[in-house]
Amino acid sequence: MTGGSVELDELERDALTELVNIGVSRAAASLRKMVGEQVLLSVPSVEIVSRAVAASLIGEREIEELVAVRQDFSGAFSGRALLIFPHANSLELVHAVLGDAVGADELPSMEEEALAETGNIILNGCLATMANMLRQPLVMSLPVVLRGDSPHLFEVIAEFGSSGPVLFLYINFSVRERDIRGYIAMLMDLPSLEALKLLINRFIAHVMDDDVNNAI
Amino acid sequence: MTVTVLIVDDSKLARIVTGKKLAALQPEWRRLEASNADEAMAMVRESPVDVALVDYNMPGRNGLELAAELRALWPTMPIAVTTANVQDEIIANTRAVNAVFVAKPVTEEGLSSFVAGAALRLRMPS
Repeated sequence: MTGGSVELDELERDALTELVNIGVSRAAASLRKMVGEQVLLSVPSVEIVSRAVAASLIGEREIEELVAVRQDFSGAFSGRALLIFPHANSLELVHAVLGDAVGADELPSMEEEALAETGNIILNGCLATMANMLRQPLVMSLPVVLRGDSPHLFEVIAEFGSSGPVLFLYINFSVRERDIRGYIAMLMDLPSLEALKLLINRFIAHVMDDDVNNAI
Repeated sequence: MTVTVLIVDDSKLARIVTGKKLAALQPEWRRLEASNADEAMAMVRESPVDVALVDYNMPGRNGLELAAELRALWPTMPIAVTTANVQDEIIANTRAVNAVFVAKPVTEEGLSSFVAGAALRLRMPS
């Protein structure tokens, strides 16, 4: 390691943010179909930070118990994607996804599966769009549902990948008309970031090329 | 008359891509860029433009809010809202301000009907 000094220049960061934005926007459209209500998104935030800072960026804002759906991805670059929301929201989300097809008494038993499937659709949708645009296939693990408070979430971030800083991406989302809000977060360690940086540069070169019409 | 088109997107890369696709379709059009709604409004108040292409998800006011402001000032200006966010509400709100929805990533094909319609509109007496 060279002290972990992979940096993204302005255009690389811009391109990555735009890729994430397109991926998350498509994923939001899928979620909208599932819950039947408009899904609002923030502008993505892309930062290279220490694990402690990454954990605190989400953890510090939430004092409640959290639920997270985790999916790891690997390929030319690898990382961990998380869909995180306050535990108090999770039944509401499950209810929104399942609608009235399932009675209130049955909801809790369906919760785990519905959360995993919702996470799968959102995280896969986002990652697949990014993979397509970068022209590099990614393999996604099965979704895992995690529960716990911020310190527990911190462990999920701290134990991830090789040591050193991480590329941390996050976006807030909320469902209009329903009390559902949360975050989509993505983590990549430095070896992955170096690989990603190469792909982003190839992508930038590609979209700048006048001869290619449908590059982006 | 030279047609002036304003491209509004917080991503510089996205502005470059949109500009290139636009240049391929209408090489004569003069292209201006703004990175957010405030900057765009300041530019058009200084010097009006003929066509606007605005990104939806931007820091500050979003592209639909900007499109509504532009529409209030210029009832017939061709405006497109660009986004990958194909939710029904966003498409409906785009139509409600009489703007055209253009899917991101922006392609020449995706832009062509908006641009052809805009060129036609600009040749008609307003």
